[in-house]
Amino acid sequence: MALLEVENVVKQYAGHRALDGVSLEVPENTVYGLLGPNGAGKTTLIRIINCITAPDSGEVRLNGKRLTPKDVESIGYLPEERGLYKKMKIGEQALYLAQLKGMTKSDALKALKYWFEKFEIESWWDKKVEELSKGMAQKVQFITTILHKPSLLIFDEPFSGFDPVNADLMKREILSLRDNGATIIFSTHNMETVEDLCENISLVNKSKIVLQGNVAEIRASHATNTFVVRSANSFDENGFELLSQTMKNNVVESIIKKQHAETNSSLLSLLIKQTEILSFEELLPSMNDIFIKTVTK
Amino acid sequence: MSKISLIIKREYTTRVMKKSFIILTFLTPVVFAGMIMIPLWLSSIKDGTKKHIFVIDQTHSYNSVLKNNDSYVFDFVDKPADEIRKKNDKNEDFGALLIISGDLTKNPKAVALYSSEQVNMELKDYVSGLLKNYVEEQKLASHNIPNLKKMVEESRTDIDITTVKWGEDGEDKVGSAELALGIGMISAFMIYMFIVIYGAQVMSGVVQEKTSRIVEVIISSVKPFELMMGKIIGIAMVGLTQFFLWVLLTVVISTVVGSFIGGKVDVDALQQANSMGMQATPAASPSQVQELVAMLNGFDFAQIVVLFVLYFLGGYLLYASLFAAVGSAVDSETDTQQFSLPLTLPIIFAIYAAIYSAQNPDGPLALWCSMIPFTSPIVMMVRLPFGVPTWQIILSLLILLLSFIGTTWMAGKIYRTGILMYGKKVTWKEMCKWVKY
Repeated sequence: MALLEVENVVKQYAGHRALDGVSLEVPENTVYGLLGPNGAGKTTLIRIINCITAPDSGEVRLNGKRLTPKDVESIGYLPEERGLYKKMKIGEQALYLAQLKGMTKSDALKALKYWFEKFEIESWWDKKVEELSKGMAQKVQFITTILHKPSLLIFDEPFSGFDPVNADLMKREILSLRDNGATIIFSTHNMETVEDLCENISLVNKSKIVLQGNVAEIRASHATNTFVVRSANSFDENGFELLSQTMKNNVVESIIKKQHAETNSSLLSLLIKQTEILSFEELLPSMNDIFIKTVTK
Repeated sequence: MSKISLIIKREYTTRVMKKSFIILTFLTPVVFAGMIMIPLWLSSIKDGTKKHIFVIDQTHSYNSVLKNNDSYVFDFVDKPADEIRKKNDKNEDFGALLIISGDLTKNPKAVALYSSEQVNMELKDYVSGLLKNYVEEQKLASHNIPNLKKMVEESRTDIDITTVKWGEDGEDKVGSAELALGIGMISAFMIYMFIVIYGAQVMSGVVQEKTSRIVEVIISSVKPFELMMGKIIGIAMVGLTQFFLWVLLTVVISTVVGSFIGGKVDVDALQQANSMGMQATPAASPSQVQELVAMLNGFDFAQIVVLFVLYFLGGYLLYASLFAAVGSAVDSETDTQQFSLPLTLPIIFAIYAAIYSAQNPDGPLALWCSMIPFTSPIVMMVRLPFGVPTWQIILSLLILLLSFIGTTWMAGKIYRTGILMYGKKVTWKEMCKWVKY
């Protein structure tokens, strides 16, 4: 079932159209990637979902019901451009942001204690933000985003500013949030993490959705019918196109393109006739390639 | 707790807990009280030692005139000036050397004071006061008219005009134009100061939230309008807190310090002045104190304080929302100048209008400027102590109320768009467009 449905949303700004008939469905309990080049309209869409701006036409539904400003309390949003009050103490600030999300003071304190212990940052409580590094501040922001246990989480470039160790920690936290029932919208330019984390994606370009669907299916549909074959001996073109063939440590690595054969098995059977096959793998395009290809098309 | 009250609470507490606020709030009345009290206090301190004033009186006729007092002892000597200088220059007790070289009735300049340090005013006034009285008496006596001195004294008249304001209830009140002017100008300047200082705080607060991008986080929890109003109201409360603390502290300090020093100073100073025969400033003779109290009672302070708070709030809200709008439209604090100038100009104009209105509190300038909402909070404060018809006060407050609702609504629109807009040089035209969104 779709937790969030966006239907035919249009948003016009003076001089340009930021969103032009955008529709998408985010299935419950999944990680959904919202991709697109800078200025494509992602942030506008996220702001509409957060009720920060209203669409000119179209509708956003949460759990099948039209989104109301009250619903933002069940949404956690980590914006790309994010900050904290520099002069305020971390603890006070986290408490303030949690209360703004509708939590009571005692609930917020309890939850903050849990997360601060989990991330081992209890000692930061009385520090001011200006004493923290960017990555440290990001951790605090991450906590304040998820503290009120929202059913929908929106992360915009959540890993920027993190070192690889902490980025990995965050990744695992995001996946465990999903496993605990949250639905996550994830906006990033890092296509590797999209492949790692997202089940479904929408690619927005020039105010429109240009590509949408399941990540595996999208990659499969962009398959170029090329395969990597490792074999004991070299072989010749025979019902397929041989793009390259190299010898490495007594293993021949070839890249071939399917031509006449209809299925992968029939292609494999053509190879088996010629030599001993060590491995056979379809070359799927990376999300990075698909992104660039789709956007520059 | 509702969200807007959370925001107000944060804005209020972070500012009130700031060291600079605490220092400014508690120090200002102390400094003010000090500015009034320290000169009084200093004048009340007597140099414990009596200074010796050596007198070389070449006419030998002023021995009885120069009387010793608490501070000075006159020693009549007959030695050359150089010798006295050599002998006494380094002496602690030495005050000065007075040389009277001729008959003062004929040549009032034939007297001089010498000292290695600058001769102080007190000594100079004391000596000249004594000599002046004596010479005047001599001159009068030389006319040989009996009782002339008495006649002259009797003919001396001070014209003291009592100004009376007709009360609306038929009860006349003793008024004072000077006092009214003083009260009016002080309250007008205070409103001016509060609007400028706290308006600027609203603006820089908004700019900081925008540049630090905290606004992006908060805006997903609360409406931009709530955030803006929370900030404006929170800072207004800071301003009111400061105002009431100032009033309270000024009252406390001036009563406490006044009871310690004030009474003593006045009596001493007056006695001294009288004994010296100088024309003492007639500030505090008993009848005049009563008059002053009567004058102060002539003002309706409750009304002035209540209207001060109302006009402060109205004027502040009118400007603060516009300052917030400007803060939201720019990318950094340095960019605020070009947009805040059109806001500060009417405030500055208002203070000038207030000064001119004080001279003619019922003139057309005063009337119009106390109706126009951008100037009314300041100009009306000047007019109030002179008495303003109730209908004018109500009308002006009503206009102010409607205007700040209008500007707040407009500012809210600009703010909503502005805080999420980055890296764009904003123009006035663009800001007008945002209002229409």
